[in-house]
Amino acid sequence: MEIPYAVKARPDTGLYNAKVGIWLFLASEVMLFGALFCSYILLRVNAPEGMWPHHWLNIWLGMTNTIVLILSSVTVVMGWASLKMGQFNRYKFYQGITILCALIFLGIKSFEYHDKFIHYKVTLKDGRVADGHLQPAETTLPVAWHLQPVIVDGNLAKGAKPTDKVVLEGWWPKDEVALMNPPLEHKTENIEIPASQIKTMENYGPWHNTYTAIYFVLTGLHALHVIAGCIVIFAIWGPLAKVWEQDPERYINRVEVSGLFWHFVDLVWIFLFPVLYLL
Amino acid sequence: MQPTSHADTHIQASHHEEPGFWQKYIFSTDHKIIGVQYGITGLMFLFFGLCLMSVMRWQLANPGQGVPIIGNLLFHMLGESMVSKTGVISPDLYNSFGAMHGTIMVFLAIVPLAFGAFGNFVTPLQIGAPDMTFPRVNMVSYQFYFMGGVLMLASFFIPGGAAKSGWTSYSPLATIADGNIRPNGQTFWIIGMVCLISSSLLGAVNFITTIIQLRAKGLSWMRMPFFVWAQFVTAFLLLLAFPPLEAAAVLQLADNLLRTSFFLPTGLVVSGQPMQISGGGSPLLWQHLFWFLAHPEVYVLILPGMGIVTEIIANNTRKPIWGYRSMVYSILTIGFLSFIVWAHHMYLTGMGVRIATFFQTTTMMISIPSVVILTALFISLWGGSIRINTPMLFALGFLPMFGIGGLTGLPLGFNASDIYLHDTYYVIAHFHYIVAPGTIFALFAGIYYWYPKITGRMMNEFWGKVHFALSFIFMNLTFMPMFIQGFAGMSRRLYDGGQTYASSGDVMGLSPDIIGLNTNIAHAVWALGLSQIPFIINFFWSINWGKKITSDNPWDSTTLEWQTPTPPPHGNFVKPLEVFRGPYEYSVPGKASDFTPQNEPEHPEPLTRGNPVRS
Amino acid sequence: MSDHPSPTQTLPVDPHTVEEMRHHIRRYLIVGVALAIGTALTVWASLINFGSREINVVVALVIASAKGFLVAGFFMHLISEKKMIYAVLGFTAFFFAGLLFLTLWSMAHDNLIHIR
Repeated sequence: MEIPYAVKARPDTGLYNAKVGIWLFLASEVMLFGALFCSYILLRVNAPEGMWPHHWLNIWLGMTNTIVLILSSVTVVMGWASLKMGQFNRYKFYQGITILCALIFLGIKSFEYHDKFIHYKVTLKDGRVADGHLQPAETTLPVAWHLQPVIVDGNLAKGAKPTDKVVLEGWWPKDEVALMNPPLEHKTENIEIPASQIKTMENYGPWHNTYTAIYFVLTGLHALHVIAGCIVIFAIWGPLAKVWEQDPERYINRVEVSGLFWHFVDLVWIFLFPVLYLL
Repeated sequence: MQPTSHADTHIQASHHEEPGFWQKYIFSTDHKIIGVQYGITGLMFLFFGLCLMSVMRWQLANPGQGVPIIGNLLFHMLGESMVSKTGVISPDLYNSFGAMHGTIMVFLAIVPLAFGAFGNFVTPLQIGAPDMTFPRVNMVSYQFYFMGGVLMLASFFIPGGAAKSGWTSYSPLATIADGNIRPNGQTFWIIGMVCLISSSLLGAVNFITTIIQLRAKGLSWMRMPFFVWAQFVTAFLLLLAFPPLEAAAVLQLADNLLRTSFFLPTGLVVSGQPMQISGGGSPLLWQHLFWFLAHPEVYVLILPGMGIVTEIIANNTRKPIWGYRSMVYSILTIGFLSFIVWAHHMYLTGMGVRIATFFQTTTMMISIPSVVILTALFISLWGGSIRINTPMLFALGFLPMFGIGGLTGLPLGFNASDIYLHDTYYVIAHFHYIVAPGTIFALFAGIYYWYPKITGRMMNEFWGKVHFALSFIFMNLTFMPMFIQGFAGMSRRLYDGGQTYASSGDVMGLSPDIIGLNTNIAHAVWALGLSQIPFIINFFWSINWGKKITSDNPWDSTTLEWQTPTPPPHGNFVKPLEVFRGPYEYSVPGKASDFTPQNEPEHPEPLTRGNPVRS
Repeated sequence: MSDHPSPTQTLPVDPHTVEEMRHHIRRYLIVGVALAIGTALTVWASLINFGSREINVVVALVIASAKGFLVAGFFMHLISEKKMIYAVLGFTAFFFAGLLFLTLWSMAHDNLIHIR
């Protein structure tokens, strides 16, 4: 049993089935990411004056990722165009770059996530705040990235001793507002703190404040879409490539539809980057 | 010449090997099987939701008393923290039952039945299509639904029990209700919802694409049965309204598991202790994102029912539907407006007057097309040759019940009156009138109506009428008193049935008569449950022993689903289809028969030597 | 089944399609370069102090929207797409705007009713 218009377009709509399907799906994705953007806007507008972080993310890594995704968007549509011209090997080449770009993007993202999990805010009992990256080699206090906060109200976790020390490569922001707006290039120093002097210690995971929370959710959901798109593009490029021999038009349609999804993923990032990294 | 590859049989002519049991019934990609899967699962959840409420009604009528028999069973199943040894439901378990009753009825019963079951089975047939455009995606939709259902049911048995913060899951309660237990019932609820939402999204894509792309030759938009229009609009509501709830669910899951504060405000104190959270969140944000879906969701609950009732009324009045065009424009308007009325559920959150007026206005506007549809259906009866059979009884019953439900919504849509009625039993009565003797009657009507197409046998007519009469009586006895309780000010979600707010001496409160209505309602609900027994027996008995139909079109209907063999084979239509007329050509003057199927050729060509076979 | 080419042939490509594709490819490359420039522009503009933060927001969103339009219009071929698709996206945009602006309006501080 053959489903009509799976490959050839239906005359009155001018569309084949999967194209209608993917655009409908993308419309729902617009509402999904749209709702998250709405949440971002509302949370930010409702934050007290001066208490929304700026430049907590590395702009250059973000910009690199943006260029990487833009490049992959170009190669994905070039791949489709090559297929339309019957040049299968060119398509293989371009789509290979697309997949490579996806992996590079994910690699950089993982690095950024890791960076947040080893970045700590340490409030001392005397009121001073130290902020910086944990030096695991010199830190004796047992720390797990997901078991946060490490210290709250001066209470140490099981297995931790007051004589343990925490070593950060960081700085001493003079107040909360300064912490929210770190200067782009600031000097860091080696900071050593005994556990007995620490009131609270927590890393910059999603739990840290609403900014990190929305950052992780927005980029995390986006990354899941990158992974999903990458898997589908890879599957069509690799194991399912034989469909090109059997039914070239069907194959081109699959490439086009997965390409549309990929462009959407790029589109979301085009908005995510300035909103989270720059503003 | 290279040998043909065997690898991908989907794109070559199928080999017609008979699939095994698992391929045919469990992992089927045929929309008819999937429709039946949704139907059976949905009916089971519907029954389970009724059972939850039956236990709750005991508690409301007899607060603090152990539930007979079942109480003991629950004690053994759920443990001492939930149910006492004498079978007394704890307040937490009552709240869990309440939250899960709502969630299960809305997301696991009604939508899967109205959209998943009826939509899947009937829509491709009514448009003359061989199947949905994406059959494998259809199968995955059902599987997501099934997984979501399993998670929801499993949540009753984990430490802390099932979600207990209402089907609306408002934060911060939803995050703090289970103390420090992680994962808890709310976690399961959220992940279950993500599964259900994904199921609906994929289903919506399938339905819309199918209706756009696979209409048979000659089936223009205005020749489609109203049922298909209803499913089309419903699919758009699911497609565009669900994603914000999916987003909100992810955010609430983060609050639940990752200690984020999306919906938790700064300075939150729980049981005297400040919560160790970052704060900065907004409980109102959850409400907006939730109701952005949940309002269109209530239209998802009713529109397929309107579609079913329309088909049955046309068929059993033997005349076209009055005002078909107006009904189509009305349903499109309802779909559109339903996206901009949601905050009428939030009048008491302290919104400003201007924005409350905006939502009040759009809410009033949306009542108009609803009235148009109901009126058109009423007028359709005028001058008809009305056949009274079980489907028609349920369809007729739907009309005044939906009328009561819809009209009682008006005081809730007005900001001023809603200030009094919000969160009272009046609201419960209003929406149950729409969904229970409204949609559920439409679903029953549809089951009795399409049963012969699926099984080749009719359900028993006598017991069908008994089922209708009893259900009609007890639905009204259950929900009518709730309007009175609501006017008296009885709140929703009161574990003790209002005892805490009973009047005593000089203290004003709920009178004993009002509280006493709980007993009447309890009896009515249990009787309603018992009234379903003839239906359940009839449903299963008739599969093997029901009266066999003698024609593929036992109701003498005009629409395309009756122009197939019974049951329809894989691929549905054995010969190519062309449609020549609208969906309700009944009692056309001058025609010999009182109905003309949509695909019957206008003037069958005379047989000639060059054309020896009628096409 | 008869509308598929036989399994042993690759798609016969007519010269018209090739010419059309070459034209499209030129466009894709131009848009790609434009996007890269737009990215650099966004970063540069964000580092300028315009006085009020709102201006930075507007500038960033305008550039992002322009980039988005290029991706959607040219890479996703929306600029020559069918009416059906425009209709779906049009409604989506409307509903998204409704969600955003109505929610913002309802939570605007001067709108809220405070009980003292």
